Amino acid sequence: MTSTGNWQPTASLDRLRARANLLDDIRGFFRQAGVLEVETPACSVFATTDPALDCMTSSYTGPGAADGRALYLHTSPEFPMKRLLAAGSGAIYQICKVFRDGEAGRLHNPEFTLLEWYRPGFDHHLLMDEVERMVCSLLDGNCETERSSYGEVFDKYLALDPHRATADELRQCALQQQVPGAESIELPGRDAWLDLLMSHCIEPQLGRNGLCFVYDYPASQASLACIRHDDPPVAERFELYMDGLELANGFHELADAAEQRKRFERDLEKRAESGKPMVPMDEHLLAALENGLPPCAGVALGIDRLLMRLTGASHLDEVLAFPLDRA
Amino acid sequence: MASYSTNEFKGGLKIMIDGDPCSIIENEFVKPGKGQAFNRVKIRNLMTGRVIERTFKSGESVEAADVMEMDMQYLYSDGEFWHFMDNDTFEQVSADAKAVGDAAKWLKEQDICTVTLWNGSPIIVEPPNFVILTITETDPGLKGDTSGGGGKPATLETGAVVRVPLFVQIGEVIKVDTRSGEYVSRAKED
Repeated sequence: MTSTGNWQPTASLDRLRARANLLDDIRGFFRQAGVLEVETPACSVFATTDPALDCMTSSYTGPGAADGRALYLHTSPEFPMKRLLAAGSGAIYQICKVFRDGEAGRLHNPEFTLLEWYRPGFDHHLLMDEVERMVCSLLDGNCETERSSYGEVFDKYLALDPHRATADELRQCALQQQVPGAESIELPGRDAWLDLLMSHCIEPQLGRNGLCFVYDYPASQASLACIRHDDPPVAERFELYMDGLELANGFHELADAAEQRKRFERDLEKRAESGKPMVPMDEHLLAALENGLPPCAGVALGIDRLLMRLTGASHLDEVLAFPLDRA
Repeated sequence: MASYSTNEFKGGLKIMIDGDPCSIIENEFVKPGKGQAFNRVKIRNLMTGRVIERTFKSGESVEAADVMEMDMQYLYSDGEFWHFMDNDTFEQVSADAKAVGDAAKWLKEQDICTVTLWNGSPIIVEPPNFVILTITETDPGLKGDTSGGGGKPATLETGAVVRVPLFVQIGEVIKVDTRSGEYVSRAKED
């Protein structure tokens, strides 16, 4: 391994100053909005069960854990923040490093900075309003915004109903759209085909002129969002795109402990099926939900990607002092 | 059969696609926050030279291509095949016209070329970046014109035709950049 030059940051000092300003502005926004800044542990004995996410692991040995205790680095601070909400914190936000195994590339670094916040009494639409206000304030008010449901964007760009199309119809669409390699790729089901079409054919076109919110996802992609029993049922979830880049993911939060446990169990079944490591579900969160989570909406926004858009960077390395290769 | 997981993908890695050996040019990791991850790669088919794109599910394994690039000495052509030798092992291989392609016009006996071998057989032959060749044919040109402006075509001993300055004559030895096909300078044959 040659190390010449690798001690230096990959981001310019100007961009590192822009990062400091961005964090300042965000804290200013929440101070004005009366949202409390909190901190929660980055290492937990519990993990996320989400089959699309993998935790990095660590361990602690010492007083209280003579034989060592396995710890999972959080992929988002969602579970402990919900415990604070259940304990009566009111509106809260957090800016922290989160960790995701298996993710590195132009738009991914295994450790990155997330802004996450929760608003009791909000649904996902009210929270989208606030995300829009915050991001537009960072752009000096200069931004166009559009909002479309997941169904609408699939209809607009692919003339397809994502809630009803079969896996085979989605595959046919990928072939028609000439997604390279679609003829030979084997995917585990409808949702993976939807992800392929979304990431290859739709995302690059979202938020070309500013911000684009996509909301009301297929119920099968609810993650931790409430499901609204329309026909078809939809997950009250949204994502924010800016110039083709996914910046944020938010939920009208699921508050039902029994349903949450079921989803954890279903996640673990999926993990087992795909040979992913089994992980312990967060019993603290389940206990907090049983105690009662106030109706709320929450969102996680990638600070590094937002900084990319604010400073015109094309690679995440341009906004990180030291990405994985230099960590 | 050796294989690579998508986590091993990087520029230059050789993999099998649709039965042909290919080289990865670019690898992009694509993943929605809550969903299936993909590797979108740009690859060069080493048999056809064509650049194609492919999308793989992350974590998938792809068959490795047994491809090696070796410096080999060009020995001779028998009309049908071009023969090369590994100067360390003295092992010889023969490349057909498809593998040699446009390189043929630059090949001079004893020059060291880069030969790409797939399962031990040559599929690509690249000439040295610079070759020293003798001019076998060119117009006499104007005596005393040393400006180099304009230039004229000259045929070289290997059959290649390059543009040379007017003052360069038949029998002279010149240095040519094979990547651009351009005359560089007069040379001394060594």
